[in-house]
Amino acid sequence: MQALYAQLLVGLINGSFYALLSLGLAVIFGMLNIINFAHGALYMMGAFTAYFLLNLTGIGYWWALIIAPIVVGIFGMILERTMLQWLAGLDHLYGLLLTFGIALIVQGVFQNYFGSSGLPYAIPDYPQIGDWRGLQGGINLGFMFLPIYRGWVVIFSLVVCLATWFLIEKTQLGAYLRAATENPTLVRAFGINVPRMITLTYGLGVGLAALAGVLSAPINQVRPLMGADLIIVVFAVVVIGGMGSIMGSIITGFALGVIEGLTKYFYPEASNTVVFVLMVLVLLVKPTGLTGRAA
Amino acid sequence: MPDVKMAEAATKSTSAEVLSVSDLQAWYGESHILHGINFNVKAGEVVTLLGRNGAGKTTTLKSVMGIIGKRSGSIRFNNEEIIRASSDRIARMGIAFCPEERGIFASLDVRENLLLPPVVRSGGLSLDQIFELFPNLKERLNSQGTKLSGGEQQMLAIARILRTGARFLMLDEPTEGLAPVIIQQIGHTISRLKSEGFTILLVEQNFRFASTVADRYYIVEHGKVIDGFANAELSANMDKLHTYLGV
Repeated sequence: MQALYAQLLVGLINGSFYALLSLGLAVIFGMLNIINFAHGALYMMGAFTAYFLLNLTGIGYWWALIIAPIVVGIFGMILERTMLQWLAGLDHLYGLLLTFGIALIVQGVFQNYFGSSGLPYAIPDYPQIGDWRGLQGGINLGFMFLPIYRGWVVIFSLVVCLATWFLIEKTQLGAYLRAATENPTLVRAFGINVPRMITLTYGLGVGLAALAGVLSAPINQVRPLMGADLIIVVFAVVVIGGMGSIMGSIITGFALGVIEGLTKYFYPEASNTVVFVLMVLVLLVKPTGLTGRAA
Repeated sequence: MPDVKMAEAATKSTSAEVLSVSDLQAWYGESHILHGINFNVKAGEVVTLLGRNGAGKTTTLKSVMGIIGKRSGSIRFNNEEIIRASSDRIARMGIAFCPEERGIFASLDVRENLLLPPVVRSGGLSLDQIFELFPNLKERLNSQGTKLSGGEQQMLAIARILRTGARFLMLDEPTEGLAPVIIQQIGHTISRLKSEGFTILLVEQNFRFASTVADRYYIVEHGKVIDGFANAELSANMDKLHTYLGV
């Protein structure tokens, strides 16, 4: 049983990253109609930003959680202003190719300087309160040992995902976003600066990827190709969940992480392929994805 | 003293011209749709653009709103040139647009649709005043926008631009496809708005409806304004009008 719980936890952790990344992809796709293949590279940049902050300036994990998404988000907004905005109205293929090219360039530059091996990033050992050493160590739950950092990643990711959902589905700003997804021309004719909103939306989606990168740094190490490996699975998650829905991408992200974890326990040989098998099945039965709308 | 009065009257008449469009040309991609549109709208007027399908009426409204990509000529709103302005800036200057297809957002409920257009200046209708005009909307606030009937969607499309404080409204075929009783209600609404000082530029195919609310008419054909007359001259122009509109 211990092993089952451990794999469930691993599944929830992976599910957290899937959810944060596919949520960002859904937000970007909804507003910009771009399949953002640079997402994995931007996730990696989030982790590297945390690494640089720590090793060059001494700024630690907690600040990195805020600073890295902002820095990478700004980088993303520059990409959108200088390149992506010119693709509006063109076929999806153009956005896909451009962002794929951006991903290759960014990953190439990081590989040039840092090779392919991982750089260590420690779990924060502060604030220290009593016996607590930041997020280090673990708690014995009786039925399993829970590393605190892993529990933190799952809960924090869930909170961020739900906050993003709330922002988009329940606030006035979110109403602008949803309306502009449907009919940007009319929303602009009501007096809203839609191009600026598109730029900020891309920044938000990219910021979520960078945040996932920071969260992942202490678990998976900081590697130039960390995003390239992950993003393939995330795109399968997105295909399964459907591109259109915010809550759908969150739920699918966590659910597929858990399914992957369970597969690792019950039939480990299939654990690397189970997501893709599900993707094929969903594509056969419901090509728009479980929660998606027709493109 | 009479000189001063004359001068005052002159400035008054130019400043009273809220919208003046001259030699407006517009293109959809490669196709040249408007070939020199000229007309004006004075403060407090209801002006109707009449014409057959495809004459360029909707394109004229969209050009004023700044949502036609390529346009030239001159559009002056409150004496400010807006031919090069972006549509969000034009909206913030106080022009509100109700499109022909109504543009109710499916992913927003009625309340969100109603509150979507930002307030651009003070003096818009309050929600209570809007519900007084359109009592149906109050009961449907939590429905999905596109679950409303056609008439309710049209009311919602008009209602949401009354909140913004814009005093110049452009309504594109507000009666299209609606039942007579609802057309009547929209007619009452337009008269009411006019009495409250709104200036309205209307596009209509339903000329019988237009004649109940309009002060002046312009006839649009092949992307040009070919004629114009006041409501008082309507009966004298009936024959011409039938030829223009082919009715």
